[in-house]
Amino acid sequence: MTRRLNDNTPTAWPLVLPAVVGLVAFVAVPFLLALFLSLTNLRLGSPLPLEYVGLRQYVRIFTAPSFQRALVNNAVFAMVVVPVQTTLALALAILLNRGLRGMAIFRTLFFMPVVFPMALVAVVWELLYAPGSTGTLNAFLGTVTLGWWEPKAFLHDAFWALPAIMVLSIWQGLGFQMVILLAGLQSIPDQLYEAASIDGAGKLSQFWHVTLPQLRNPLVFVVLLTGILAFRVFDQVQILTQGGPNDATTTVMYEAVTAAFSRQQVARASAMTVVFFLIVLAITLGQRMLVREEREVA
Amino acid sequence: MNDRVPDYAVPVRRRMTALAATATNYLVLTVGALVYVAPILFMIVASFKPDERVLPEAGTWQAFFPERTTAENYGDVFERVRFGRYMLNSMLVTGSIVGGGLVVNSLAGYALARLQWRGRGAVFRVVLALMILPLEAIAVPLFYETTLLGWRDTYVVQIVPFVANAFAIYLFYSFFLGMPKELEEAARIDGAGVWRTLVEIILPNAKPAFAAAAITTFLMYWGLYLWPLMVTTHEDVRPLPLAVATFRTLPPLNWGDIMAFAVMMVAPVLVVFIIFQRWFVRGVAASGMKG
Repeated sequence: MTRRLNDNTPTAWPLVLPAVVGLVAFVAVPFLLALFLSLTNLRLGSPLPLEYVGLRQYVRIFTAPSFQRALVNNAVFAMVVVPVQTTLALALAILLNRGLRGMAIFRTLFFMPVVFPMALVAVVWELLYAPGSTGTLNAFLGTVTLGWWEPKAFLHDAFWALPAIMVLSIWQGLGFQMVILLAGLQSIPDQLYEAASIDGAGKLSQFWHVTLPQLRNPLVFVVLLTGILAFRVFDQVQILTQGGPNDATTTVMYEAVTAAFSRQQVARASAMTVVFFLIVLAITLGQRMLVREEREVA
Repeated sequence: MNDRVPDYAVPVRRRMTALAATATNYLVLTVGALVYVAPILFMIVASFKPDERVLPEAGTWQAFFPERTTAENYGDVFERVRFGRYMLNSMLVTGSIVGGGLVVNSLAGYALARLQWRGRGAVFRVVLALMILPLEAIAVPLFYETTLLGWRDTYVVQIVPFVANAFAIYLFYSFFLGMPKELEEAARIDGAGVWRTLVEIILPNAKPAFAAAAITTFLMYWGLYLWPLMVTTHEDVRPLPLAVATFRTLPPLNWGDIMAFAVMMVAPVLVVFIIFQRWFVRGVAASGMKG
């Protein structure tokens, strides 16, 4: 036996092989293919020969008004949904963590939509958003504002369509973040609060100086996850508004899928998914930096 | 947050404030819960109402407290579309991804965490790098790749690309890394090989990791819409999320039928979720701890 005693190469490879083959064939290869295709002129059914066009696809998408609008929409979605959803999730997690009776029931209720596929949520909310004074949400807002609310056609209104998409997305995703933050809260040792309270720290001061710093990693994770989700938005847009009215709800993924499937512009669609990937990468690297900084301090 | 002070030691005024805080706590949670329950209740009630009443009554109390109920819509769904087939498709596809994934990803996670082998570092870096690639970033080229393989309109195209999962591998990897080594070493000294150690010692002790991986992959793929929209045109292989969206556009537009479809689609998962809620919560929390 010439091998080192603890070398498991012959046994280890069969264990990892299926996973490695799967990841390479269905994640790495398509990703490299996206990079490659985005530099070509590939369009299915086109008589033109396949050729290298450099960054022309990127120039084209960045000068296309609908793609610019999609980037803005995704950014607005992220800038609204990330803080709102994180704050709500944190607030709920704190309320649920106070050890009062019946909290398990509340947790179940808030967490429930997590098992609802987005397609289903979209279909149900379409009915809640029904236009006219007989629509559920319109009628509710009319009642609570004592008739001041003017009924809106939420999903067909250039101003309201994107907020409407955001609200149902928050409704569906909130429970997931809440559970992660709740687990984070529960792992904060009681002694920290006791020590703070002996030092005369009030509830608010305890929140700033104990809860938030201790919750840093789960919070950063939740923000990262919601930020990435904001750029992945597709299902609810495709089902409810098809990007309309007038591109008011179009997204990067919606543009990419329409380019690839309605217009067979594979190269253009690939360039869009590469842009999408770069955004995800930027968000992830930002998170890694935040977490590393914290580790160095600790 | 944690009022551990015994009751008698607390002055009356502070107790009043605590009481008010508790009341506010419940009030806020109740309002929030109503917002959360309303759409679900609305969906269930509408599914039991005659079709022609759903939309006109959507803005009235009858949306939640119906005057007349009927189970007709449920029968209509089965008459109009092959609901059973969609359910079967969804369960088969998601079940295979989860089941296959548990085997493939746990083995890889174990080898990465516990064995010394040539190529380990490289494979580990690949797994870490691929973890951040969402399906959306590769969907278009993956579609062409699988089309070239002749996989359109099959179960295979909905299952095989998602079995190996970098995130699940990492989840297993960190679980096995944290497991005490003594058990394994004892088994090795007794002469057990890698495979026997794995089956007899490791697997029985790794149930929480399997549960967490199963639940997170299930949640990832059960609701998948974009991918089946791209790769399936035939309803024989169409899963529920795509089927519900298609059913909504199928004339005549009967909202009662659509809501009945929705209820039947989510009910089984909701029951499983409520029974195994603790595991769902732990699974999601575990995925959060990875960060």
